[in-house]
Amino acid sequence: MDAAREGLPAQATGTDSAGTAPSGRGSGDHGVLGNLMGSSFGRNLGLVVALVLLCLVGIATAGEQFASIDNMLTILRLASVIGVVSIGMTFVITGGGIDLSVGALVALCSVWASTVATQTLANDYHWIVMVSTAVLVGVGAGLVNGLLIAYGRVVPFIATLAMLAGARGLAEIIAQRRTQIIKVDGFREFFGGSVLGVPVLVIMFVLVSVVGWIVLNRTTFGRRTFAVGGNPEAARLAGIKVQRHTVMLYVIVGLCCGIAAVMLMARTTTGSSTHGTLYELDAIAAVVIGGTLLSGGRGTIVGTVFGVLIFTTLSNVFIQNNLSSSAQAVAKGLIIVVAVLLQQRIANRSDGT
Amino acid sequence: MSRPIKPSRRIQALTGGALAALLLAAGCTSNTPESDSSGDSGTKANAASSNDETGETVTIGFSGPAADHGWLAAINSAALAEAEKFDDIELKAAEGTNDPSLQISQIETFINDKVDAIVLLPTDGAALTNVAIKAMDAGIPVINVDREFSSPFAARTTILGDNYGMGVSAGTYACDLIEKNDINDPVIAEIAGIDSLPLTQDRSQGFKDALASCDQTVDNRVAAEFTVESGEEQASNLLQAEPKIDIIWNHDDDQGVGVKAAFDNANRDEFFFIGGAGSANAMRWIQDGEMEATVLYPPTQAADGIRLARLIVQNKGLSDLVQVEVPKRIVLNAPVVTKENVDQYIDQGFES
Repeated sequence: MDAAREGLPAQATGTDSAGTAPSGRGSGDHGVLGNLMGSSFGRNLGLVVALVLLCLVGIATAGEQFASIDNMLTILRLASVIGVVSIGMTFVITGGGIDLSVGALVALCSVWASTVATQTLANDYHWIVMVSTAVLVGVGAGLVNGLLIAYGRVVPFIATLAMLAGARGLAEIIAQRRTQIIKVDGFREFFGGSVLGVPVLVIMFVLVSVVGWIVLNRTTFGRRTFAVGGNPEAARLAGIKVQRHTVMLYVIVGLCCGIAAVMLMARTTTGSSTHGTLYELDAIAAVVIGGTLLSGGRGTIVGTVFGVLIFTTLSNVFIQNNLSSSAQAVAKGLIIVVAVLLQQRIANRSDGT
Repeated sequence: MSRPIKPSRRIQALTGGALAALLLAAGCTSNTPESDSSGDSGTKANAASSNDETGETVTIGFSGPAADHGWLAAINSAALAEAEKFDDIELKAAEGTNDPSLQISQIETFINDKVDAIVLLPTDGAALTNVAIKAMDAGIPVINVDREFSSPFAARTTILGDNYGMGVSAGTYACDLIEKNDINDPVIAEIAGIDSLPLTQDRSQGFKDALASCDQTVDNRVAAEFTVESGEEQASNLLQAEPKIDIIWNHDDDQGVGVKAAFDNANRDEFFFIGGAGSANAMRWIQDGEMEATVLYPPTQAADGIRLARLIVQNKGLSDLVQVEVPKRIVLNAPVVTKENVDQYIDQGFES
């Protein structure tokens, strides 16, 4: 926290010059709808352009096969799991923290929720047992992270790095490094199914995004998150219980990891200690190209959703064209740089007018 | 079986060169142990061996990658179980790791401890070559398992699965399917493992070469990461890239669980699904008719490495070879498991 505090004032001024500081949020909240639309639209325009460009490339190179509804749903389904994790990540980063343990938490939740014991229990009662196990484990681990960071005064980077190692190791111990296949029928049918043609996973992603957007942009909790991330000292003086708030943020990301683990279990029909590998980097990349400030104080759920969609669409377009995964990694790097550059330009210009 | 031939220099020269042998567990055991097996004195050395008799105690250092994958877990547990079987083996097993520098320090510890032999499945063959040479220079024979060193001086014996051969087996089987089912202009897809690994490149090359023999090419290729999750992701995208596929070869049955989930999620089963490695899951799918075949990549190599290390230190040879020394290089066969022969292999299938 101390390190974050030292770094923050400088960052906050940087944000001010870009005109997208928490105050901008606040005025948008009370001001005309058009004002809010204008600013968030401007901020997200770079992402929309990138996504549209990607889709155009997809359509140009793979035609109907790319534009088919099936393919669109596949992209959305694949984006769902990392998407939910990224929504949680948006909260922590906006609140001035970081969580490197998300991938390991997804693995731990998936393994814990698919042990023989849990599955037997789920078969006897209901698959809800598995879901609540995953969510509870996620929330519990998030709570540990939060307490360490807020009250133990461990730097978020270190605390969650420790959790990354610890949770992945615990997952390996529980699963004995085996892939646990889920045989609870109702579970697979429910989460693997679709409602009105839309996969349940995609619906869950949409729900989590909408709830996340409301909480971040339309509640006191959300406003406090911006305040804590922008300047924790000022937030404390303004009467916000910064420590308790920080704990809550890590609990939220833990909850998201639990939900993501359930979704991943449905997707792969397994729980495994190898699940969620490098999710922390994918989520941070999506959050950052979405326009959330890595040092906190500014965050956007819509941007994050776009960030996730861009990466998922990218790999789909590459596979449609039968291109190698190495080329894909290069493109991913380029997109991160281009999207952030575009975004800065557009943000600056729209502020000028 | 009894061959009263004196091992001559010529035979040694003939067999000692590029010898590729299928090593069967049964091949090393014998019914009637005899007292003398050291090749240069006995003429019946190869007919009935005493290889399994307890000899001088051999301390073997074993180091392999982290068992974060069903096949690797099977490699480790088979090696430990094999060492248990022999009273004269004292096994020092290092904790599995994916970090080459940690593995190097493990080998250095073995050298300092003056173990009699080292069985090493390197996380990265090239990265572990130098320390292996160091061990060899210190007079400790190194048995290189699965991932090859970049220098021939780094190992006394190399035992490895045939990655190129796996690709060839899969490709040849695909060609047979195409011919048997009279498929015109087939769409062939490949789901590879981690693309930067030489073993993946070898498998893909073999597949490509075998397909070329029946004038076919791989139409779509994706690379997963040997994990269930990446298998599901890559397969989902692959299915979207081609509305109709005739044959899919997936390199690895561990990631195959995810690949299969993607097929089920998309309700697609119009293709022949061929796997790789030979997990118990895959074999059960083959029994149930949900999978066409899988190409074996034996998870018993490190166990064989332990046995070979013991033989080398005790100056024994392979009892079913005329040659009196353990061969320099053993490449295991990569057979295709289908519904017809799955019962024969299912006991060797590993749980992923």
